[in-house]
Amino acid sequence: MAGGIKKFVVGAFDDEKVLFPAVKNVRKAGYKIHDVYTPFPIHGLDHAMGIRETSLHTAGFIYAITGTTTALTFMSWVFTKDWPLNIGGKPHFALPAWIPITFELTVLFSAVGMVLTFCYLCQLSPFVKKHHFHPRATDDLFIMAIECTDKTDDGEVQRFLQNSGAKEINVQHAETGWWLGRYDREQKLYRDEKGY
Amino acid sequence: MNNHFELPGSFKKWTLGLIVAGVLALLYGFIMLHPFAHGGHGENTSSTRFWAVLLQNSVYWLLTVNASMFFLCVTTMAMGGWQVALRRVPEAISSVLPILGLITFIILMAIVWGGRTDIYHWLDPHLYDKASPDYDKILDGKKGFLNPMFFTIVSAVTILGWWLLGKKMRSLSLESDKKGPMDYETGKKWIWDNTVWASLFTVFFGLTVASTTPWLWIMSIDAHWYSTMFSWYTFASTFVSGISLMAIFIIYLKNRGQLEYVTEEHLHDVGKFMFAFSVFWTYTWFSQYMLIWYSNQPEETKYFIERIGTATKAGPYKGIFFFNLIVNFLCPLLILMKKSTKRSWTLVTFMAVLIIFGHWIDFYQMVMPGTLHNHAEMMPFEFGISALFIGLIMWGVGRYFTKNPLLAKNHPFLKESIIHHT
Repeated sequence: MAGGIKKFVVGAFDDEKVLFPAVKNVRKAGYKIHDVYTPFPIHGLDHAMGIRETSLHTAGFIYAITGTTTALTFMSWVFTKDWPLNIGGKPHFALPAWIPITFELTVLFSAVGMVLTFCYLCQLSPFVKKHHFHPRATDDLFIMAIECTDKTDDGEVQRFLQNSGAKEINVQHAETGWWLGRYDREQKLYRDEKGY
Repeated sequence: MNNHFELPGSFKKWTLGLIVAGVLALLYGFIMLHPFAHGGHGENTSSTRFWAVLLQNSVYWLLTVNASMFFLCVTTMAMGGWQVALRRVPEAISSVLPILGLITFIILMAIVWGGRTDIYHWLDPHLYDKASPDYDKILDGKKGFLNPMFFTIVSAVTILGWWLLGKKMRSLSLESDKKGPMDYETGKKWIWDNTVWASLFTVFFGLTVASTTPWLWIMSIDAHWYSTMFSWYTFASTFVSGISLMAIFIIYLKNRGQLEYVTEEHLHDVGKFMFAFSVFWTYTWFSQYMLIWYSNQPEETKYFIERIGTATKAGPYKGIFFFNLIVNFLCPLLILMKKSTKRSWTLVTFMAVLIIFGHWIDFYQMVMPGTLHNHAEMMPFEFGISALFIGLIMWGVGRYFTKNPLLAKNHPFLKESIIHHT
């Protein structure tokens, strides 16, 4: 979904110890951090960036109780109303026997639901594409993208990043949302671009 | 940093109060319940009640106290650094083990050698006499395991093993206070020693608490009945209450301005243990229940019929049986599920008390139906004996806190514990 083209000042950091104070200073200076892209999860970075706690677990809980209700209502309907069978002389409403299945469906619903929700929140799906600010964000650099408004002086932001210890700084006009497509048709590989 | 902890007067008062209440209950029992009256099965219920209550409380509190040493050992073996800031608390709790162990051993011996068959039915010599009309083929087959001598030796070895191995773990920890900061090599050696002793304890713990101990001390009350889940179930019960006991002491010390490095992060992890093992307890409880319910064999269902009764006639323990499930499963599941609960000092305290009480009830319904049938009571005597054990635990823990520093300051993983973040 196109979110519109915006201007970004992009800084690449190569050290966590530099990145953390930089994030803090950038936020303190009032610039808006679009996102920080890192090759691996960095403990406490979400907290430093001021990102709110995820609600994924609340979603997980809702999926789980949906699974519980589905299992229990379906089984009680089948075994007491639709097709009552005498199994070993047990009562038709054989709750203990249903607990394992209820448990399994609870886990199944919450697991599958949470994986799909996670993919949705992260906009991960086949053919869903997003702009890459720096190819080395998946390798060895931490990439901070600062969103510019009409009033932002990008020269000032660049100097600010320079002082914060960024190794590489540039300005990019990029699509903020995601789109459907294939990278191999649309973009040059980094290898070809750099001539490695 | 002030590591020395002076016990507040209120702590001492409560300790003394509980012990006095307990001793009064015990005296009441000695005078009113005629504990040494002849104890045939179902003949003298007040005498049976005395020993059943002592058995329930001593075994429950002993295993709960022992669980804290198990907690230390498993976290040590897992190279867990987070527990260092609070590890003196489980150490202190486990230091009560010798006292409770001795008391439990005396109670067990009094039951086994006291010429009574009301608690342990298998002690009746007529059962093994082929000429007698009471001859019991099943119990005769179990004679190699269920006999007073074997019971005595195994109980003694078990308690002694927990005591000595636990003592070694505690002394390793206390020695590190005197040594001064460790360099890399010394620290590595010290951690290795800890790992070795922790694994020895854990293996011993597995062979006792997770198998033979509950068979002998509790499951043999219903000597004909057996369940392969029983020891797991008992272990889960005491482990979760052991963690809850730790939580209460940690929060108490924190409220007194001690344990400065223990934060909400550590509390969160303790809360996770309480949550996880409550669910684990339910898993073992249910596995035992469902298999018996499903296969529906008379010799197995007997155990549950004694408790909940049948479809037409409710048993005397029906209320307690379901209360047990609500307190030990539904409450921890729904209340401790949220992160904010596990990080709240108030709610964790509340849940810890609830869980300890819940598993006390669990042990109550393990011991009472087989011994007292429908004559069990829950009166001041039952709670008084419990107070005695709680008082003894508080006394022992308080003693350890005043004698030893509250922080294992030279532990190589201390920094990991200080910066711990869940």
